[in-house]
Amino acid sequence: MNNEELKIKLTEFIPSATFEEAGEWLTFFIDSPNWKTVAQQLRTTEDFNFDFLFCLTCVDWKTHFTMVYHLTSTKYRHTIVLKSKLDRNDPEIETVSDIWRTAEFHEREAYDLFGVKFLHHPDLRRLFMTDDWKGWPLRKDYEDPINMIKL
Amino acid sequence: MTEEKNISTEFPGEVHPTAGGGILISKLDEVINWARANSLWPLVFGTSCCAIEMMSTAAAKYDWSRFGFEVARATPRQADVIIIAGTIVNKMAPVLKRLYDQMADPKYVIAMGACATSGGPFFYNTYSVVKGADHVIPVDVYIAGCPPRPEALLHALITLQEKIKSGATREQIKTVINFSVNKTENYK
Amino acid sequence: MYRQTEILKDTSSNGADDLDEAGELVINVGPQHPSTHGVLHLVITLSGETIKNVEPHLGYIHRSIEKMCESLSYRQFIYVTSRMDYLSSHINNHGCALCVEKGLQIEVPQRAKVIRVLMDELTRLASHQLWWGAMAMDVGALTPFFHAFREREAINDIMEETCGARLTMNYMVPGGVMADLHPHFQKKVKEFITLFKSKIDEYDELVTGNIIFQNRMKDVGFISKEDAISYGCTGPTARASGVSCDIRKLYPYEVYSQLQFDEIIETGGDCFARYLVRMQEMRQSLSIIEQLIDNIPEGDFLAKTKAVLKLPKGEFYSRVETARGEFGVYIISEGATTPYRIKFRSPGFSNLSALNHMAKGYKIGDLVAIMGTLDLVIPDIDR
Repeated sequence: MNNEELKIKLTEFIPSATFEEAGEWLTFFIDSPNWKTVAQQLRTTEDFNFDFLFCLTCVDWKTHFTMVYHLTSTKYRHTIVLKSKLDRNDPEIETVSDIWRTAEFHEREAYDLFGVKFLHHPDLRRLFMTDDWKGWPLRKDYEDPINMIKL
Repeated sequence: MTEEKNISTEFPGEVHPTAGGGILISKLDEVINWARANSLWPLVFGTSCCAIEMMSTAAAKYDWSRFGFEVARATPRQADVIIIAGTIVNKMAPVLKRLYDQMADPKYVIAMGACATSGGPFFYNTYSVVKGADHVIPVDVYIAGCPPRPEALLHALITLQEKIKSGATREQIKTVINFSVNKTENYK
Repeated sequence: MYRQTEILKDTSSNGADDLDEAGELVINVGPQHPSTHGVLHLVITLSGETIKNVEPHLGYIHRSIEKMCESLSYRQFIYVTSRMDYLSSHINNHGCALCVEKGLQIEVPQRAKVIRVLMDELTRLASHQLWWGAMAMDVGALTPFFHAFREREAINDIMEETCGARLTMNYMVPGGVMADLHPHFQKKVKEFITLFKSKIDEYDELVTGNIIFQNRMKDVGFISKEDAISYGCTGPTARASGVSCDIRKLYPYEVYSQLQFDEIIETGGDCFARYLVRMQEMRQSLSIIEQLIDNIPEGDFLAKTKAVLKLPKGEFYSRVETARGEFGVYIISEGATTPYRIKFRSPGFSNLSALNHMAKGYKIGDLVAIMGTLDLVIPDIDR
């Protein structure tokens, strides 16, 4: 399905999703409470069949966080980008590691570097930093005068 | 007279021809240093890109076994020299220190590449890189390059050999100057 | 931060034969280990010699590259990606350059495109050669290591003449390549092609037909097609399970759409299938180089770009096929001279997450074979 058909089908499927103009693929904003049901439907519905999650990342926009998920279907070869806005002081979102197994490691990385909590994740702990590291390194307000030498 | 031919020219000693055979005369230190320098066994330790150049040095074109580094041991208990090939990060630093402690004396350290020397390309704006392996363990020879060519690594190995033969390494200096069995600071 | 060796109490009273009731042993493999190909720390729960659970601990080479790139300009951040997956350093640089060109809408001259593809395929060959040598060394054969490095030195010499470095070459820049090809390039590559054609048959003779090697690789480390997709595996790891995911065929970039080559897909899903995929990929790379080496068009090797590059506000994603899988560069830009957020989608990260699934139920000796065929480069995983 190309972008136009996908857009029509998705808006009738998930009425609460808002469309955003960014990049070369269709980008949708989903609210965090609906995220798990939307993800489940995208995976199991025959028309969509999004079974390959190839990029999971988090962006710090200083006032809020955005989780970005890149999904593609190996059968139909269409790609969409899903985004979800999170509150900066208490970032929480449902995990998708039971739908796409690759999310297990990616979500641990997002937790380690940004501090985003993934609810019902099987094993949420730090991945790259040592277990007793204080702070979330990739946030924009991360200060580390001991280790970071600024140019 | 025939015994002279069997001793290599590098051997730091003299053969004194006497009736019935020959007597070897040399300073014990020199012989020990010569033996140590010519059979240093490196530890298999490579963290990132410099490890590939280290493997190239071990391979057939830039063979390092002609200098005595033939046997690369996997365990630090049997190794003499640790070649730190790659970046050291905060999480890896205690591991490196533990490996160094597990090696038996006399042990030597070569810091290979820009990352092990001073943090290298990851010096600015990184929160997890140790800016130089000598923050963790004492280093004998530094090699510049990112990654250094195999010839540069061979040059560093030869430099280390010369350093050992001339008696300038850490424990050799320790044993000479003001060493006393009872002073505890001599054991640091 | 790393668990001590612990032997749990044997719960059966007089040494029952049933392995499930006997005590479990937790051991550490790595970070310093000859066959982990870098600093990978695995905490393995064993019952006898059978693996119950493998848990990778990462971060021993986490060099905070994504944070560092937020303060580097668009020409500078490319050198850092060379050092991530250092065995396919050209291909990594290529991905970054493609992303910047996509943002700035730069048109790359045809000569630069062909040079880029040639360098990519030579790098892929060199990476697979090293993989073959190191993997054979892990399962116990020392000779292939020296054979592989002998041929790899030929490619290193070719790269050194043109790009200036043997391993981490920052040759691809936004707009083309940094310098023109050396005058001896064509001659040397042609000599290499004739040399390697006979050598690759030698490789097959040495290792592929060896009965001991086959017994160690067949039916070990199986992963099915659905699981491979769910775990996000790409590259030869996924193609050995039947997933068609070669970026050069699905989303062609540069001149790949005009070349004749096959996408190698096997359906075995075990270690031997992954091995065969890579061996045949070496032959395909050789044929691509043969097709291109006589047809390098004349022209510019670098398009004209501004001195200071500023990507417009927005997000850009580009993907390339490295020797390990799909490498993605995701740049979010706010219009400044440095990117706002860069995310590198590394192939090894997703391939590693399937290790636990692949290794459950096999013996510890099989774990080494599985890790060898996964072809992990740890700095690529940790970034």
